[in-house]
Amino acid sequence: MDETVAEYIRRTVLKIPRDEIKVMLQKWGFLSEAQLQTLNFHQMKDNISQEVVQLCEENSADIKQAAVLDIIYNHIYHNKRMWSVYQMRKTGEELDYFDLTDFKKKFKRRLQSALKNVTITFKEYEDNAIWIRVAWGTPHRKPNQYKPSYVVYHSQTPYVFISASVLKSNLPLLCQALIVASNYHDIREMELRSHSLNSLKDIVFKRYSQNFQTYRPKPVQGKNVEPESVDLRIVQENRSEKERIQRVNREVFGDGPQPILEFAHYRLETMFKSDPKMDVLDKKEPFRCLVKFSSPHLLESLKSLAPAGMADAPLSPLLTCIPQKARNYFRIREKKGLFPESFVSP
Amino acid sequence: HLATSLPLPSERDHLRPRIDLIVFMIDIKSKYSLKNVEGSLAYVDASFFLGKVCFLVTGVGSVNYCSIDTNAICKLGETYCSPVLFCELELEGIRVATAQRLLRMLRICAGLIPGVSALSFGLLMRKSADD
Repeated sequence: MDETVAEYIRRTVLKIPRDEIKVMLQKWGFLSEAQLQTLNFHQMKDNISQEVVQLCEENSADIKQAAVLDIIYNHIYHNKRMWSVYQMRKTGEELDYFDLTDFKKKFKRRLQSALKNVTITFKEYEDNAIWIRVAWGTPHRKPNQYKPSYVVYHSQTPYVFISASVLKSNLPLLCQALIVASNYHDIREMELRSHSLNSLKDIVFKRYSQNFQTYRPKPVQGKNVEPESVDLRIVQENRSEKERIQRVNREVFGDGPQPILEFAHYRLETMFKSDPKMDVLDKKEPFRCLVKFSSPHLLESLKSLAPAGMADAPLSPLLTCIPQKARNYFRIREKKGLFPESFVSP
Repeated sequence: HLATSLPLPSERDHLRPRIDLIVFMIDIKSKYSLKNVEGSLAYVDASFFLGKVCFLVTGVGSVNYCSIDTNAICKLGETYCSPVLFCELELEGIRVATAQRLLRMLRICAGLIPGVSALSFGLLMRKSADD
């Protein structure tokens, strides 16, 4: 077995939390159950990984199998990577029958014709998700297995989720290969990024609970919105206002859990507005600045702002439109005319 | 009676007892709360500022998240001739102690302590703050 493969397998196993190693090796299926029985999973991870490499040596593992283990790890720990969403477009309405083998063949052929040194690995999962791992090399160097790109493609949709490696120059090639293989016409990057792959899927596949514009009659007067501590000595003067805030919040955010996003970027290219007497800027140039909201769970924290008394309800549509517009990067330019700002999708 | 802002909703006027003490709570982490308090002050009758108003600043334990300048709050207290108390609601000990202070002030403002009026107490608090 190649030394580089051995080292790669060792490092991959070291990444896995000790309690999960056995399950992941079973999912991998490269080592037999008998071989797994010989492993002591209660020792130090260093030793476990050495023993795993030994067993892989017995089975003559090559980089292809090692890559599959890496996909399995990243499928479970997808939250450790940053994912971007791409949308593909077709000309015409033909619904091609999706052939997996054909897709894989075309994808490989396209990449390998442009770049000899690539490692391409596929793994299919139940929800029609095809995971593709690509390790990139150069005409003179073998692929770097430690900085691969991952692509998740749901064949019944035009959406692709990509976690690119640091080498951004390979991205156009990757996109090319995707549209060729899937019979699409072109691909564009959406302004939507997050660590939570499942939340990105929820947003583009519209799987989160949305606010439907249905007529919702006011709740019956006696209804208590939230279980408050029943201390009769405390009187809430603004109960109706609190209820209004809850209602508006529910209309805007829906009832269910929000998709997990970590940030929203607003790039402002608007004019600085000051007292004309102050004359801050000599030239009338747009004042460029970037406003970034970050949070472990941005949408949930936005939802709790008004009930917590930290903001007025309803919130600015710039904040609340994030899931509907499926974007968390915005560019705000000056709108000529009545309104001082507008929001423009590029 | 808890309210998020003033004026109080008029539909409950008949259910409200006499108001002896108004405590304006300002969260030091939220500029919004200071703005809210400043807006609400306009709806308070001038007679309350003779010792029946107090500012309570919360969240002072988290120094890293201060959004409001304490000087601005102290100035507010001076402008409205009312004491400013600082506390941290997250800590039970301070929470209880602050509640006890407010209760004592309330008893004075309600006229339950013979010989001490709200106005004289207010003056007392102001004098010690200036020293």
